[in-house]
Amino acid sequence: MTVLPLLMILAVLAAAGFILGRQRALALAGGDTKKLHSLPAYYGWHAAIMAFVPAFCALIVWLLIQPFFIERAALSQLPAAVLEDSTASTLAMADVRRVAAGLDTAVAQGAMTEAAIETMDATVTDLRGELGKVGVALGSAVSSEVLAAAKQYRESVASASVVRAVVIILIAVAALARALKLTAPDFWARNRVEKVVLWLLMLASLIAILTTVGIIWSLLSESFNFFSQYPIGDFFFGLTWNPKFGGGSDLGFIPLFWGTIYITIIALLVAVPLGLFAAIYLAEYASKRTRAWVKPMIEVIAGIPTVVYGLFALITVGPFLRDFFAAPMGLGNSAASVMTAGIVIGLLNIPFISSLSDDIINAVPQSLRDGAFGLGSTKSETIRQVVLPAALPGVAGAILMGASRAIGETMIVVMGAGAAAKLSLNPFEAMTTMTVKIVGQLTGDTDFNSPETLVAFALGMTLFVITLLLNVMAVWIVRKYREQYE
Amino acid sequence: MNDMRIADRAVDTHGIRIKASAVQVYYGESHAIKDVSVDILDKAVTAFIGPSGCGKSTFLRTLNRMNDTIPICKVQGSILLDGENIYDKRVDPVQLRAKVGMVFQKPNPFPKSIYDNVAYGPRIHGLTRSKAELDGIVESSLRKAALWNEVKDRLHAPGTGLSGGQQQRLCIARAVATSPEVLLMDEPCSALDPIATAQVEELIDELRSNFSVVIVTHSMQQAARVSQKTAFFHLGNLVEYGETSQIFTNPKDPRTESYITGRIG
Repeated sequence: MTVLPLLMILAVLAAAGFILGRQRALALAGGDTKKLHSLPAYYGWHAAIMAFVPAFCALIVWLLIQPFFIERAALSQLPAAVLEDSTASTLAMADVRRVAAGLDTAVAQGAMTEAAIETMDATVTDLRGELGKVGVALGSAVSSEVLAAAKQYRESVASASVVRAVVIILIAVAALARALKLTAPDFWARNRVEKVVLWLLMLASLIAILTTVGIIWSLLSESFNFFSQYPIGDFFFGLTWNPKFGGGSDLGFIPLFWGTIYITIIALLVAVPLGLFAAIYLAEYASKRTRAWVKPMIEVIAGIPTVVYGLFALITVGPFLRDFFAAPMGLGNSAASVMTAGIVIGLLNIPFISSLSDDIINAVPQSLRDGAFGLGSTKSETIRQVVLPAALPGVAGAILMGASRAIGETMIVVMGAGAAAKLSLNPFEAMTTMTVKIVGQLTGDTDFNSPETLVAFALGMTLFVITLLLNVMAVWIVRKYREQYE
Repeated sequence: MNDMRIADRAVDTHGIRIKASAVQVYYGESHAIKDVSVDILDKAVTAFIGPSGCGKSTFLRTLNRMNDTIPICKVQGSILLDGENIYDKRVDPVQLRAKVGMVFQKPNPFPKSIYDNVAYGPRIHGLTRSKAELDGIVESSLRKAALWNEVKDRLHAPGTGLSGGQQQRLCIARAVATSPEVLLMDEPCSALDPIATAQVEELIDELRSNFSVVIVTHSMQQAARVSQKTAFFHLGNLVEYGETSQIFTNPKDPRTESYITGRIG
């Protein structure tokens, strides 16, 4: 039995548990819910959880352990020479799995019968050709050892799945019986259920943390791999970026870092004033009716995919800047430029900064505004001298979040600033950023073990550290300057 | 009410500072203040008392046009400050509020240092020409608010770090620093403990020598302790207005008597 029907059976058992637990609690109380410690539904939930959760956990553990035992059984069929070399045995095992999966497909499509497979001999049957007919391509002809191992593999999987189904269902039924036995009018079902909910909440937060740890781990291990092939000093202090897929490339990080910083600065110069002014207008001056349609309109900008912004940069902003600013000023004639990408990313960031700042300005207590008005300040004095200083930590947080987004932006940079890594001060020159090069180094048919590819992970790690530092800084600013309002 | 200090507090006769006549206030459809006429005396404390929602705070806020910040609020009638109608088109509400200061129910120090809180008003109105002059105003205002001795060593610490009573006295110092002619106080002690309340009340009594003070309060003992004139509001009407001693000992209106003896409210 495969996993999905098994899960369905568990779900049915849980549903039955809910009904049985609820009914049993009611019956024991003689139909009087006041005699029960918890509401009847809690007894139902308790039984349902007991039926589902232990069996489900057991299933997950089983699924994690099972391949290990099955592969060991299959490997025993392979020659000893293969087993001694770990790379060879990994490759052989991949073959075995592929053949086994091919046989499964063939049976499912009716091209072979189980009996035919049982008597099949690799020296007689052209298994590669047979499987090719049902759409499973194999890299080489199947040896008799691999076929034997594949047969063993399929057998173990089949028998394991039967045992698994029996064991899991037994666990579920036993736990359900235990839950029903526990059910009594003075049993604290509500507290038990709430404890399970607590575990569920903790699990959810744990998964988020584990994901971060996983990302860091994968980045770190590949980065170490890169630095073992390429000197760390040349990466961090190299002034040229010139990857050659034949080897001997210059993988200097500085031009990419400079491109990233330059574009981010321009983006923030556009987004911060516009976003902040929009937020001040919306929060302090706009009437309710104006606000009701202006705010959603601004937020629509945030919903547009960045690739569409990229098009805007490519066909509108870029040529405009080139024809009206760069060319007349003699600063070059490239449509793709830092300025183009920076301005468009800035536009993209306006709604984030304005929306967050708007919420923060609204959170400044009205009593502070009253106090300032009561002393005879005008509206703009109140905003500049009382409201904004009070909102400043939050606004700084919003700005740093905007910076994080600008640093991480890829699509607009490719289309607006190009993909040439250069080190220049001219804002009308094409440059590129770290994110673009991460994509660039990993796309295409590349050798996954060369420094030219692995550099992407080092860049990713550096990017991660930079944005992490920005976020830590944002949190620190907010903590340090936060005003405590009641 | 044994602690009333009515007997030894005869009202001096002073000129009229604010003359409100036939004031009507509407919040959208609802008629919040109905035809109220009151004369606020100079160098005296006037208390507004009455049950919650009776309109006393609303009326207080019409005296410095704080209600202008509420779009649906409409004021009719005339309010004369030193003979000039404050609702006249030529009067800038911002300038008016510099002359009629306000202290609020909850202490609301700005997120700035103690010094900057007090210096805020003088700075925005350009009252000083030098740093020394500003220092002088800050010190005298903090002294008037009986806070100087407690904060003189930490003028540059944030105002929000003070205790509740100190914060409220800081707000009073801030209001005093613009040297207003009238000081409006909207339940200034409702967020304070009895000791801080006593300090603020003492302060109000001292402020009387320089300003005309109007205080809204829920505590009748407080009204009796600090004020010379008392106005009793009920359901948007000014029921009775007179000498504090007369209101508390010999009210003319049966509603006033019911309220101060605790039968309505």
